Amino acid sequence: MLSILYFASIREKLGLSAEQLELPEGVCTVSALVDVLIAQHGPVWDDVLNKSSVLVAVNQTVAQPTSRIKDGDEIAFFPPVTGG
Amino acid sequence: MRSLKISIQQQDFNIQDECTALKKDHKDIGALATFTGLVRDIDNEREGAEVAALFLEHYPGMTEKRLEEIAHMADQRWSILDVVIIHRIGELNAAEQIVFVAVSSQHREAAFAACAYIMDFLKTSAPFWKKSRSSDGEHWVAAKQSDAEAAERWAEAKQKR
Repeated sequence: MLSILYFASIREKLGLSAEQLELPEGVCTVSALVDVLIAQHGPVWDDVLNKSSVLVAVNQTVAQPTSRIKDGDEIAFFPPVTGG
Repeated sequence: MRSLKISIQQQDFNIQDECTALKKDHKDIGALATFTGLVRDIDNEREGAEVAALFLEHYPGMTEKRLEEIAHMADQRWSILDVVIIHRIGELNAAEQIVFVAVSSQHREAAFAACAYIMDFLKTSAPFWKKSRSSDGEHWVAAKQSDAEAAERWAEAKQKR
């Protein structure tokens, strides 16, 4: 099972803050996971997640589209940070 | 680094109490640099719209992890003793305190530099997001290029102890 989290403007646009997903066979990178999510949820997700400004973290460390993922991972999608 | 305190909290903090706590048990501190970030009521990105409040959201777990990494990165570069990082979340009104960073050291150079360094990396890499409520509605605050540049300057800066 994957734990997927969405934050800030991304959460608002998707209308979802978190979901659990059974890792499909053969999906082993962040970008492959994004394709699965878009296929499952539809074009809004394509618009929101397929932007170069969207950041992703795997197990709470910033990752890249090519980063590997595995069962049990926590994957988070969020916009550029603006704290401080 | 002798001690590190990281706190993500809704409630306000007291600068004097934080400084007193740092000094209390130690007599080797020669310099204590602090930074406090406040909610500004003017939004310069939106033609000076008046900001009534900010809403601060974060990624629990990753935030603490990243702030710890940033403090350790600072510790690699400078001889520092104690670090305190406090960041508030939730709704904050104009003029309220948002963030506090304190760094103690034997000498001022390390304390000043490490405090600025921690703030620069907090702003550009710790998972916090601000939504502002102003006279022209609610919107998510955009990341600033100047903040990215402020963090990048440390890559070029000569390493000092």
